[in-house]
Amino acid sequence: MSVLIDKFDVFASGFWLTLQICFLAAIGALILGSVVAVLRISPVPPLRAVGTAYVNIFRNLPLTIVMFFAAFGLPALGSNADFLRIPGLDIVFSRLGTDLPYFRFGLIALTLYTAAFVCEALRSGVNAVPAGQAEAARSLGLTFTQNLRYVVLPQSWAASVVPLGSVIIAMIKNSALIGFFGVVGDLSATADQLTSAGGEPFIPVAIGISIGYLIMTVPLGMLLDRIEQRQAVAR
Amino acid sequence: MTTGTVDDVTTSEPLIVLESVNKWFGPLHVLDNVSLSVGRGEVVVVIGPSGSGKSTLCRTINRLEPITSGSITFDGQPLPAEGRALAKLRSEVGMVFQSFNLFAHKTILQNVTLGPIKVRREKPAAARERGLALLDRVGIANQADKFPAQLSGGQQQRVAIARALAMQPKAMLFDEPTSALDPEMVGEVLDVMTSLAREGMTMVVVTHEMGFARHAANRVVFMADGQLVEDAPPTEFFANPRSERAKDFLSKILTH
Repeated sequence: MSVLIDKFDVFASGFWLTLQICFLAAIGALILGSVVAVLRISPVPPLRAVGTAYVNIFRNLPLTIVMFFAAFGLPALGSNADFLRIPGLDIVFSRLGTDLPYFRFGLIALTLYTAAFVCEALRSGVNAVPAGQAEAARSLGLTFTQNLRYVVLPQSWAASVVPLGSVIIAMIKNSALIGFFGVVGDLSATADQLTSAGGEPFIPVAIGISIGYLIMTVPLGMLLDRIEQRQAVAR
Repeated sequence: MTTGTVDDVTTSEPLIVLESVNKWFGPLHVLDNVSLSVGRGEVVVVIGPSGSGKSTLCRTINRLEPITSGSITFDGQPLPAEGRALAKLRSEVGMVFQSFNLFAHKTILQNVTLGPIKVRREKPAAARERGLALLDRVGIANQADKFPAQLSGGQQQRVAIARALAMQPKAMLFDEPTSALDPEMVGEVLDVMTSLAREGMTMVVVTHEMGFARHAANRVVFMADGQLVEDAPPTEFFANPRSERAKDFLSKILTH
């Protein structure tokens, strides 16, 4: 088990990279997922159709396939996803700015895929708000946006937060795929680096990596339990 | 003002006009060629058996239910399609629901001031002042900072009426406002509605409260199977219903 201590820096840097991509993908997926959710509940049929199509595609494809499209499809189309080299952000998240684009490709795939699930979690929260609430708001003359902002969303949040948390936990685990699509040095790729290239025994390395993921996911799960208990008391 | 202009007011065009309105829910014909006009200041009570389409009729007037064919005009304007114009029209038509539908996450006062502040862009202080006056009027000013769930059904429904009145509507729609209430709370809600009627508010009231229909309505409209079967002053309707359906309905509800 000495590998855990001797190679701590390798685990730590893998952990840091995975944390970075998860943080960025979570923000991206929350924003994109919110937009898609608004499309899906919009009163305008074509917008609804776009939102539904998005969810049907990205929720039903395996993440591996989405990763393939991002890592091999985008370059084939001549894109290196340079729009993600956001000035300022690429100082904290240095991989955003590197010439090797696979971090950006991985981020795009993870964001697109997770956004579909974020959308559905948000929408289930909206559906949990009794229809009469939105009807009363409409009958007062509130517009669709005002209705969402002042009446529906503040009430849907309570019902959305736990499923949203589960989506983010799933996303953290899904991020383990990026190592197989050219991203060097994330937590899951650390295994390959230490065992194949470094000749370390497999089991201690796997245990070290598992601990790394659990450090990210378990506190999130505990936080969700706390929120759920607080809501149960408030009700 | 001359007597001539007074006559003009009473003969001026009705506020709400439904013409040959049809509404289908899939294969179900819920409104069958319904025509109805409601004058300014008139109180029309809609009664009829369950499933006769009376709630749907009420909800078509502010387009919470879109209609399949026919036309509805409010204050001379045809109901606009979904959008800002419709939102504006809805702000001029108050609606009170069977299940109150108070905003559960907002206090009583916030419920009453949300519309004036966000839709009418009134100053919060002014909206608050009028909100409190309205709550006082319906007898719940001392509960202004509570949440809806802390109030009884009767109190919630009176708040819902105050919320609708805060928009200073031209007409009020009541969709079975007392059907979800415990019996001892029905009176307090009907009292508020009766005083509104006396002040000249234009009202369309779907209800099973025959007492209210008798003493507050200008006209009683009887619906059955999606059709508007009878339209008469209350004294005439209750004393001498013309149709078999109305006779049958009244015999069932008035014998006990």
